[in-house]
Amino acid sequence: MKPSAFEYFTASTVAEAISLLERYEDEAKIIAGGQSLVPMMNFRVAQPEVLIDINGIKELDYIRQEDDEIVIGALTRERDVELSPLVQEKCPILAEAISLIGHASIRTRGTIGGSLVHADPAAEIPVAIYGLDAKMKVVGPSGERTLEPEEFFLSYLTTSLEPSEILVEVRIPVLPQKTGWSFVELTRRRGDFYIVAVASILFMGKGGVCKEARICLGGVGPTSIRAEEAEEILAGQVITDALIEKAGQKAAEAADPESDYHASAEYRRDMTRVFVQRGLAEARNRAKGG
Amino acid sequence: MPEHLKTFEHKKRNWVGKPLKRKEDLRLLTGRGTFMDDIRLPDMKHAATLRSPYPHAWIKGINVSEALNFPGVRGILTGEDVAKMSNPFPVGVPVPPKYYCCAIDKVRFVGEPVAVVVADDRYVAEDALDLITVDYEPLPVVMDIEEAMSPEAPVLHDNIGSNIYSHRFFQYGDMDKAYKEADLVVKGKFHFPKYGSTPIETYGVIASYNPFSEEFVIYNNYQGPFVNHSLVAIALGIPENKMRWIVPTDIGGGFGTKTGLYPSIALIALAAKKTGMTVKWIEDRREHLLASATGTDRVTYMEAAVKKDGTILGLKDKAIDNTGGYIRAPEPGCAYRSTGNHTGGYQIRNLDREVLVVGTNKCLTAPNRGYTCQELYFSLERMIDLVASELGMDTAEIRFKNFIQPDQFPYTTATGGIYDAGDYQKVFQMALDKIDYKKMREEQRKAREQGRLMGIGFSTVVDPSVTNIAYVTLALTPEERAKGHPKSGSGEAVIIKMDPLGKVHVIACTNPQGQGHDTVISQIVADELGVHPDDVTVSNVVDTHDRVYSITTGSYSSRFSSVVTTAVVTAARRLTEKMLKIAAHLLEANVKELEIQEGKICVKGSPDKSMQMRHVAGTAHWNQAALPEGMDAGLYETCLYTMPTSQPPDELDRVNSSNTYGFMAEAIVVEVDPETGEVKILKWASVHDAGTILNPALLEGQVMGSCAHGLGGSLYEEWAYDENGQCITASFQDYLVPTAMEVPKIDIGHVEIPSPITALGSKGAGESSCMSVPACIGNAIADALAPLGVTISELPLSPNKIWHLIQKAKKKR
Ligand SMILES: Cc1cc2nc3c(=O)[nH]c(=O)nc-3n(C[C@H](O)[C@H](O)[C@H](O)COP(=O)(O)OP(=O)(O)OC[C@H]3O[C@@H](n4cnc5c(N)ncnc54)[C@H](O)[C@@H]3O)c2cc1C
Repeated sequence: MKPSAFEYFTASTVAEAISLLERYEDEAKIIAGGQSLVPMMNFRVAQPEVLIDINGIKELDYIRQEDDEIVIGALTRERDVELSPLVQEKCPILAEAISLIGHASIRTRGTIGGSLVHADPAAEIPVAIYGLDAKMKVVGPSGERTLEPEEFFLSYLTTSLEPSEILVEVRIPVLPQKTGWSFVELTRRRGDFYIVAVASILFMGKGGVCKEARICLGGVGPTSIRAEEAEEILAGQVITDALIEKAGQKAAEAADPESDYHASAEYRRDMTRVFVQRGLAEARNRAKGG
Repeated sequence: MPEHLKTFEHKKRNWVGKPLKRKEDLRLLTGRGTFMDDIRLPDMKHAATLRSPYPHAWIKGINVSEALNFPGVRGILTGEDVAKMSNPFPVGVPVPPKYYCCAIDKVRFVGEPVAVVVADDRYVAEDALDLITVDYEPLPVVMDIEEAMSPEAPVLHDNIGSNIYSHRFFQYGDMDKAYKEADLVVKGKFHFPKYGSTPIETYGVIASYNPFSEEFVIYNNYQGPFVNHSLVAIALGIPENKMRWIVPTDIGGGFGTKTGLYPSIALIALAAKKTGMTVKWIEDRREHLLASATGTDRVTYMEAAVKKDGTILGLKDKAIDNTGGYIRAPEPGCAYRSTGNHTGGYQIRNLDREVLVVGTNKCLTAPNRGYTCQELYFSLERMIDLVASELGMDTAEIRFKNFIQPDQFPYTTATGGIYDAGDYQKVFQMALDKIDYKKMREEQRKAREQGRLMGIGFSTVVDPSVTNIAYVTLALTPEERAKGHPKSGSGEAVIIKMDPLGKVHVIACTNPQGQGHDTVISQIVADELGVHPDDVTVSNVVDTHDRVYSITTGSYSSRFSSVVTTAVVTAARRLTEKMLKIAAHLLEANVKELEIQEGKICVKGSPDKSMQMRHVAGTAHWNQAALPEGMDAGLYETCLYTMPTSQPPDELDRVNSSNTYGFMAEAIVVEVDPETGEVKILKWASVHDAGTILNPALLEGQVMGSCAHGLGGSLYEEWAYDENGQCITASFQDYLVPTAMEVPKIDIGHVEIPSPITALGSKGAGESSCMSVPACIGNAIADALAPLGVTISELPLSPNKIWHLIQKAKKKR
């Protein structure tokens, strides 16, 4: 389990990283926290000829609020996002999702950008990002683009990033106060990649009515997905147990899972139902201030 | 106890029984341990092993020329070399498969070695692996134990002609009579999974060969038994004294897995011989999870003949083990190791057994902590619960009904086990009290009314320690055995010396893997010689040229607590005896008048007539002339202690397969989430009788570790394959070992019933709960799911599996 030979460069600015990427194109890989890339290299599943280390790009390590958005630099460690008071207050679902990633030591190295670009279909951050309608800012030789989750994630371990582009920032709309939310998942062990994960966000209106619901599913397809029909069941409604039950069933229909050693497709589909129901109940409780 | 056997008197002690901190901690916790990878020899090269991607295929050809020309590569060993340079390993079955340390013309499991590259570093060696081309011709695979026995199954070894490596029938007592007297017969089928121990330190070997002396020197982290040193010498075709094994001070966990290391020792030795280099190989985690060793998976069919009152009259079973692509020593031990304790803690006198060991295209096996007792007790203890449920009897009551009684010890089982001491009622009662059993049943009743799935499980099992190597020969019939060479034994050697300044040094070779042997040895010697444990140093490594060791040497089968402690005590007593003789001579007194007190030897009743022990030691070393006539100078004593209870099997196939027998009662309360199939452990009591407790802190560590290992086999761990023969759990992302987050609080209790056949009364606790926990959790989950009509017959019980069982039961209704 030793990687094949590679050349190693460090970049200290985004421009430097991009010019290195331009020079080596497909042969090169960015390394951030290395928590996904290094195991893949050790298994020789990934054999980049060139590694561009971006850990020295200090300008990509930040968490701040800009108007109604939390903006996070791509190189910010997962652990820093999880423990950020700003994130915990304005976007608690992200902190919660990250707390479920692996173990503290992994989150201390792993970066938010690395997790997004790695695009593992069983990763927590993408599920939260879909639910939050966040935007990814990427920079390449021909300038800057901002992508919606649906544009950014294409499939298993695949994003729409060009070989010479890098992800620089994530922009997340602040959640209004009293928003109901939950992030629930089923894992074999604490910290494992999940079997299913569900992010639920309930934007509340007057009189206990849910204005808009977002239900995002992970583990049931090549990327995270929004269970839109289930969301519609809840929109404009006072959320009752019966509605939650129905939403869970609808969400399960949206799931398109595959079987693997840990979970059959049928099990994953039914767990989508169960965890959407449990997640919505928890989110409703939070919306009530419970 | 057979009359002729030696028994020991046990006296009160100062140091044994105290929770002394490990002497080893200082070096281990400050990173100063010496493990395999810490050893660096001059001009050492590095090996990487090319492994088969196919579970079953002919090797039509291997082309290494490109790899050989790769810069940094020093040489390549292939099956062709191995066939020329070595022999197949001997193994105790009637028709052994040709098992070499490397595939020759056929591969039989994914991960089987096909070639070894020796290069300047491991990176280059792995680069070169990619340049070797092997022409495989894939063959159909057989992955399932029972399918392996079918006449249509692809045959792995043409010289055997079927996939059955070992097959025997046994009869003990009179099973026909048991059936006749029975009110009913309860049947069950059980499948225990293939799982391992995944020690933190993987296998490691550094080998060199001197072409002039024709001698191998091989560093390795082999845990024993050293019977396999002989087997490797036979495989390499060399005299045994031309092969020196050196095991470093520290081994990062063994758990039986490292008994499976020896073929790799032979492989790297051959790579060293062919290349003329000193070759180091450290197994990586993927190699470990593909190709090291697991315990066997087992299918058991069992029938119990029972009376209405719950008395179990007899058992009939058929157990099929699976040693994978080949069978290697100590297998077929898997099928025979637990013979003496086959009926667990119960008075069951009649048995009909059929035993099979088969081959499939899976990774090979070795003892795995508990060595098939988890397989045995999963079927036996599940069976007890099935009988109880059939009779509408309480699962605790049926156990009390069938237990061996305290006044029956020593108790000889139907299969020949000699249980040395025990009080099973007391141990089990403590476990029941710890979980507040009555209250739990009441809570369960309420939970069920609310539709919650709560379950209570027990397992009450005998914990055998100190393997008697005789059991392996049960693979042969009594007639075959009579013609061959009988085997028996379980010895261990210790040397103790007092230096001229009066401090003590012990030379042991127990191959510790973190158990704290040096600490306990110091405690024992401190008590025996009246010194402080800090005045005792211990050197504890195996070196087959420099140490006195036995063929059974090593740390496995929980042998330290029984056999090594007895060897230490015996050697220390010999040393004391000699010192008393010297003191008596110098004080002009009679040995019988002397006693040892706080570093002094005194004449009882006359306090002025005494001598410092260090002066006695000084005299022994420095002044030969002052010693009693005919006495050798110096203070060194050796004891190679053998357990007299280790006898060969008799003509009725009865064997005392271990030497001391502890007892454990596990009581676990679970709740199953009816929607997700997740299991939550609400309560867990684990009560043990390991005889005299040597060091409670160390014992606690053993019990915690073995509980976690048992939990792994129950809910998480499985060496899983797909139907094409690919191992699908070849990384720690899929092979799930429970972590601190998964192991709940465990209420551990102890009952001390000393063994009369060991010097301190200790029995053994190194394997412990990993034998009892899988059955207990299986029983608890079965009890939880009983209202749904689900029964449990296999492990591990993942949420996915439980969910499917629940769905199936729902459909039936
Ligand atoms: C034992 C273990 C358990 C884990 N458990 C979980 C878990 O439960 N859930 C989970 O979600 N994750 C888990 N992870 C993965 C972890 O979250 C990773 O840290 C994360 O997925 C990748 O982040 P990284 O910074 O380490 O990225 P790297 O490993 O450095 O890179 C990952 C990929 O992203 C690319 N990349 C990184 N940064 C950028 C950038 N700014 N622009 C363009 N490309 C970039 C790299 O080229 C590479 O292809 C686990 C990891 C380990 C080792």
